[in-house]
Amino acid sequence: MTARVGVITFPGSLDDRDAARAVLLAGAEPVPLWHASTDLGEVDAVVLPGGFSYGDYLRAGAIARFAPLMERLADAARGGLPVLGICNGFQVLCESHLLPGALTRNASLHFVCRAQRLRIENSGTEWTRAYEQGQEIVVPIKNIDGRYLADQKTLDELESEGRVVARYVDVNPNGSLNDIAGICNEAGNVVGLMPHPEHAVEALTGPSSEGLGFFTSVLTRMVGA
Amino acid sequence: MARFVVEVMLKPEILDSQGQAVARALPRLGFDGVTGVRQGKRFEIELEGPVDEAATERVRKMAETLLANPVIETFELRAE
Repeated sequence: MTARVGVITFPGSLDDRDAARAVLLAGAEPVPLWHASTDLGEVDAVVLPGGFSYGDYLRAGAIARFAPLMERLADAARGGLPVLGICNGFQVLCESHLLPGALTRNASLHFVCRAQRLRIENSGTEWTRAYEQGQEIVVPIKNIDGRYLADQKTLDELESEGRVVARYVDVNPNGSLNDIAGICNEAGNVVGLMPHPEHAVEALTGPSSEGLGFFTSVLTRMVGA
Repeated sequence: MARFVVEVMLKPEILDSQGQAVARALPRLGFDGVTGVRQGKRFEIELEGPVDEAATERVRKMAETLLANPVIETFELRAE
């Protein structure tokens, strides 16, 4: 049976189609989900895509957090459902307290859009197990609120528990503490990532196809299950 | 009608890059002697009913839940 991966569209989501296409190329069935729904349906995993949900009003991700479907998703995520938040999706996960810390305005105040080198620091999560530990990949990054912040205690916990999933290499594009590009929750089923692996799944349109691993990773357990 | 003001500021230890940009722009406009600028948000909230403890508590809850992100921000509220 083909795995079903939901992609939630909020008003202002931009990358939901690309995320769905990445799911398809990874070999799963993308399931479009609407923020105002109260039913997650029968999905095996969920992607929160990039964009500017609710116009980023108040704070990026602050209002999307209260979408009816997000409340369902929060329960499912605490129950172990694999969830990947990309860019705005990462912001929504932090605002929802499914991940610690916050994403704030880039230190440079500039919108950053570039191909970015990352190092996969934890290849044991639901979304990164297709990668080798320490593997470097190049995927696009594009954000203005991408600077990851957390207090020192949280940072120490993330580092000591191996919950920094990906780190910026060569250049830190937004001033994130500890060069953090992505983190996960304690169980490793919820991952937030500022760069965009869904834009690096085909040679024609991406700087590489090295982003596909995030989407194939989550399928491995399902196929094996 | 009860009227409250909620002011939200980044915690002092959080880099306020927007405030810094404003601080850097002021001398260029001839405003000398500026030693710091911090930028925040102000909300004006009107509620039915009187300004009482229950109303204050409701606004406090709004601020904690939505208006401020306690991870990076603090807030102050007052009735006007």
